[in-house]
Amino acid sequence: MNPPSQRPSTNPANMPDTLDSQDRAEIDTSTRGPVLLFFGAAVFWLLLGSVFGLLSAWKMTHPGLLDSMAFLTFGRIRPAHLNAVTYGWASQAGIGTGLWLMARLCRVRLMHSKLLVSAAIFWNLGVLVGVMGILAGDSRSIEWLEFPGYATPILFLSYACIGVWAVIMFRYRRPGHVYVSQWYLLAAFLWFPWTYATANILLVWQPVQGSAQGAVNWWFAHNLLGLWFTPIGLASAYYMIPKILGRPIHSYYLSILGFWSLAIFSSWNGIHHLIGGPFPAWMISASVAASVLMFIPVVTVAINHHMTMSGHFDALKWSPTLRFTVFGAMTYTVVSLQGGSMSIPSLNAVTHFTDYTIGHSHLGMYGFFSMMMFGAMYYIVPRLVGWEWQSATMIRWHFWLVAIGVLLMAGSLVIGGLLQGLAQYDPTVSFRSSVEYATPFRVVRGLSGFLLLAGHLVFATLFVQMLLKAGWRREGPALFAAPSRNKPEADAA
Amino acid sequence: MNKLPSIFAGVLLTFASAWLGFVVYPYLALGHLQPVPDEDTGGYFPPTSSGLAVAGQRVYAANGCLYCHSQQVRPAPLSTDIEKGLGPRRTVARDYLRAQPVFLGTMRTGPDLTNIGARQPDANWHHRHLYDPRSVTDWSIMPSFRFLYKMRQIQGQPSDDAVNGLTGPLAPPAGWEVVPTDKAKALVAYILSLKRNYPLPESPMPAAK
Repeated sequence: MNPPSQRPSTNPANMPDTLDSQDRAEIDTSTRGPVLLFFGAAVFWLLLGSVFGLLSAWKMTHPGLLDSMAFLTFGRIRPAHLNAVTYGWASQAGIGTGLWLMARLCRVRLMHSKLLVSAAIFWNLGVLVGVMGILAGDSRSIEWLEFPGYATPILFLSYACIGVWAVIMFRYRRPGHVYVSQWYLLAAFLWFPWTYATANILLVWQPVQGSAQGAVNWWFAHNLLGLWFTPIGLASAYYMIPKILGRPIHSYYLSILGFWSLAIFSSWNGIHHLIGGPFPAWMISASVAASVLMFIPVVTVAINHHMTMSGHFDALKWSPTLRFTVFGAMTYTVVSLQGGSMSIPSLNAVTHFTDYTIGHSHLGMYGFFSMMMFGAMYYIVPRLVGWEWQSATMIRWHFWLVAIGVLLMAGSLVIGGLLQGLAQYDPTVSFRSSVEYATPFRVVRGLSGFLLLAGHLVFATLFVQMLLKAGWRREGPALFAAPSRNKPEADAA
Repeated sequence: MNKLPSIFAGVLLTFASAWLGFVVYPYLALGHLQPVPDEDTGGYFPPTSSGLAVAGQRVYAANGCLYCHSQQVRPAPLSTDIEKGLGPRRTVARDYLRAQPVFLGTMRTGPDLTNIGARQPDANWHHRHLYDPRSVTDWSIMPSFRFLYKMRQIQGQPSDDAVNGLTGPLAPPAGWEVVPTDKAKALVAYILSLKRNYPLPESPMPAAK
């Protein structure tokens, strides 16, 4: 037997030895200011980003829509959408969730939270300046890094404060187990500044010459997905699933394998966005191989989560957090396997330059990551404001609107993209056909955007009610139904 | 896994491997390429661009042309790009050494532009097309860039740089003309400069059939 301090930790619910409910409440309270600010701002950017996205989608089928002014042209609204949802919504939801999880799992209070509040304000200033810059015509047109050079230093300085805080919390954690979510969070908080600083220096401030820019660009953009959003999303799933079920994670060893194989393979994925591009063959081969090897971390995590859930899927009937989280976890498996397959050259030859890629990226950023963040926020926010979500019915509406919306969006783009790609691959088919084949699917995608926006409006309404403590004081959390059995963990929701 | 230093070191070392491969290597190997002298003319491949064309890259970036148009010709069998006439040969790193930024692109919602300057060398066509794409190609889904043009009343003689032959609902009424702004002129100069139809040692032109 291992001595207790070295026993593998598989259960975030299983650490009450040093943490009673009063301790826990104090830790939650210490994170309240910055986490609520990050979440609130994230919801704002989600709404604005959805409007930009919806407008871009409809411009692709109705090119005359709002086309008379420069700042509303497709080539500016589209990057405004991407950057608003990436840096405004997803990153802030992730930072808020990451800081809260870190405080809880390290069992330390967040000290000097006012500094983090200023960091949040600066982060939002950076996003605002960046989005305005894009609309004004200062976009760099470097994908995922369109913010002009005067916006990114604001973001970076703000991030430096956030990242240092996360690492400090880990450094001063109370003795005991280090849970798998903490590895993912610590890694994400270290990977992000490295990849973001490298890309900014070599692409925006002192641009490297020629096609090396493409390599740095896609190394960065894929890292943002694979080593910033993915580990935060997985950290949340690894926390929420066992916490709500009140049972440990299936296997500690699978957690280790999943974590380190992600660290090794994911950062080598980026160049699969440039298959056939002006690069030495080994770079593309290495990237394709690493993308296929992503099978290992993905299936490992999928087995681990599935075996934890196994026999307890009835909890999806009552727990909003679990329903969003499990949707995100399942999508993570699907979208990652899809991504690996897309890098195989014979399939890539068809899908490379098409809507298929856009469908894939929405399945990842939304179906996986955003759903994971909704789940986390449904769990965390009541603990910060001391108030319960007002309406389980509205949460149910939110879930079904966005779940159907994102599946419709990804599905239509994947099918339309395949037709578009087959037309472009076939030398006997005209380019015109590739546009016409994709059009009906782009209309469906445009409609799916309305579902997502409607879901976001429902969520934003619930969120504002929480901040105002509107409505009545509920007894117990807002659940879809009565829990199917006695919950072992009083803290579950 | 309870020790900060071991997690820290592992996390940074795994990440450093790809950083060396995909950032440092391309920086050293692709970031310092030189143009190749052209012995026939005394010029260089890839050729230098006019100042106006260089300025046009900023307009291309500002208005997000790259979200629909790629600039790369991939070799067979990874693609049928050459068979489809996107260019005579695959593009290689040296083709992009004067580009800033490099617009490789990831979408072909619209056609590839690697060789658009060779395929369509008529500046007036590009002005007509940018001003009102559907007056040139009725099934096009490209947005109009008429905010890069000015419509004004003709004073005496029509201007030398007025766009000729505009038709359709956005065409100027009688007595009026459409003239490109400096941005539109720079953008078209850049588009016309996109001609990767010269030989490079690592990607020669195919022998004439």
